[in-house]
Amino acid sequence: MHPGLFPFVLRRAGAALMLVLVVSSSVLVLAHVAPPADAFGTDPRVLAAERHRLGLDRPLPQQYAAWLARAVRLDLGESLHFHRPVSGLIRERAGRTLLLGLSALALATALGVPAGILTGSRRGGALAGATRGTSVVLLSAPPLIMSLVVLLIAARTGWLPAGGVPDTAAGAGWGAALAATARYLILPTLALGLPVAATIERLQSASIRAALDEPCMAAARARGVPLQRIVWRHALRLSLGPVLAVYGIIIGSVLSGSFAVEVVLSWSGLGQLMYQALQARDLYLAAGCAAAGAVCLALGIFITDVAAVLVDPRIAGAS
Amino acid sequence: MTSGRLLGAIAAAGLLLAAVVGGAVPPHAPGRQFADFSYAPPMWPHVRDAAGHWRRPFVYPLRLVNRLERTFQEDRAHPVTLRWMSDGALLSGDGPGGPWLALGGDALGRDILARLLAGARLSLAVSLVAAAGALLFGAVLGAVAGFTAGRLDGLIMRTADFVLVLPAIYVVIVLRAAMPLVLSTTQVFWTLAGVLALAGWPQPARGVRAIVRLERRREYAEAALALGAGPARILLRHLLPATRGFLAVQLTLLLPAFILAEATLSFVGFGFAEPTPSWGVMLQDAAQAGVLAETPWLAAPAAAIALSVLALHLLVQNSPAAGPSTVLDSKVNQIS
Repeated sequence: MHPGLFPFVLRRAGAALMLVLVVSSSVLVLAHVAPPADAFGTDPRVLAAERHRLGLDRPLPQQYAAWLARAVRLDLGESLHFHRPVSGLIRERAGRTLLLGLSALALATALGVPAGILTGSRRGGALAGATRGTSVVLLSAPPLIMSLVVLLIAARTGWLPAGGVPDTAAGAGWGAALAATARYLILPTLALGLPVAATIERLQSASIRAALDEPCMAAARARGVPLQRIVWRHALRLSLGPVLAVYGIIIGSVLSGSFAVEVVLSWSGLGQLMYQALQARDLYLAAGCAAAGAVCLALGIFITDVAAVLVDPRIAGAS
Repeated sequence: MTSGRLLGAIAAAGLLLAAVVGGAVPPHAPGRQFADFSYAPPMWPHVRDAAGHWRRPFVYPLRLVNRLERTFQEDRAHPVTLRWMSDGALLSGDGPGGPWLALGGDALGRDILARLLAGARLSLAVSLVAAAGALLFGAVLGAVAGFTAGRLDGLIMRTADFVLVLPAIYVVIVLRAAMPLVLSTTQVFWTLAGVLALAGWPQPARGVRAIVRLERRREYAEAALALGAGPARILLRHLLPATRGFLAVQLTLLLPAFILAEATLSFVGFGFAEPTPSWGVMLQDAAQAGVLAETPWLAAPAAAIALSVLALHLLVQNSPAAGPSTVLDSKVNQIS
């Protein structure tokens, strides 16, 4: 183990905690300062009593302190809109977003990295050219557009469910539940994963081309190592570092894209819940969603940071 | 200039042209409803008639056959020749049988082409204003950070990195939600532009900071300092012009992201609202599986968005000023 690793991990974990705290607090404050939705025809006295009961009439610092004190015990308060504890709602929805995000990320990596190696290591050729072209087109079809495309295909062919979440009966075995989930997951995963795959392909392509230009690769060539072996054994290892470094940002764009996919394909996840919360001025739910999303994001960034150090220990000293 | 960039430049110019003069092409106002043309299919121009003779471009007018089933029939007996510069429009094909809806009609029987072109103007205008705001904001903050290089620099760059790592669409949505939910179209325009600018400044700021840090040690900046120029003069007169190329590239990168963000916001109901013709608002109709399967031409704005984004990507791709990695760096950050 690298000696600098432990302090590095500690620093990164601290940064991750900061991220969660800052994101959820700023959403709570922003939702608080937002002008309230109109309470059409409600008796002002009833309104005032209800606001008092929910603690909304206290000054902001007091409310914030109370929220924070409860949040550290994982009690995120009660949703004003759904009249249910926020943590229960989030547990239900965050799982779906996590499932969608992870499967899209897996698809994007499985497609993007090999495709990037292909286009980066070959100058010409029909296959590399076609892959590059597909990438540029996919980059221009972000999740909002892609989900409409897959929705059109699903609605026209009827091969797969056109949106929605699997409704698994309690009695069914877990095999059946898994199959149903997979059927519903395919389209959102494609809509979210394909544009990300194109991003990863472009990154991997540039990275492997840079790696192949290194003098050590020319030296390997001169010693007579076959090109295929250079690309897949030596250049690949060198090129993974820079690609891994942007995975933290890619996780952010996956979360970003999952919002559009969730709305278009009715994959009721965290993004949809957050949107409902913001529209209903449900500040505890909005802050809770932001906290849950920030936890996913911070965890993802943390894992990529640590993975990047494991690949290249020099990074730990640099930051 | 590669062929890809040339293609992108042509397409981007086409988009700009459509946004500027597009309102004059179809003879119908984007809000005008034709009662018998709800969900009418596109009416493509023909150049060969039924007998196989070549003619000037013409269309077959549509006739409503069944209102419930929304079936239409082409009236092959009375073709209408397309006319240039008539009916107060560049191109018109309205006949006695009804209007010419080149891309079909929407749920309320409005001309989709007219709405698409009006939407192009709106979408591009919001994105341009927002991009100008983001560049200005980013340039000022980046220049200050790069020039002072102290605690302020650390603060600004930490904030920039923090905003960059967040999922962009949520930043935009939370900021938008902090405003009153119901606004007039003009208010929505400025709110969206402001919110997008607030979300888009970090990338330009980082680049400007890097350039300013590099340039301020160059001889010409030192010479200006030696001649007695104050910091503001050095910054504005000498250092910021060095960032022009970078900012131009950033503009082409921000525009597609903002076009998309506007569409997403309007689509979910945080942006423009009916009856304003915006691409996002138009997609609301299309995003239902049943409607989309029956009347796929309602998704025309999706194609328009994809083409605009593609055009701008091609334009900036491999551009010498962008460098090989700029597109990638900001690509992964795109608001999508």
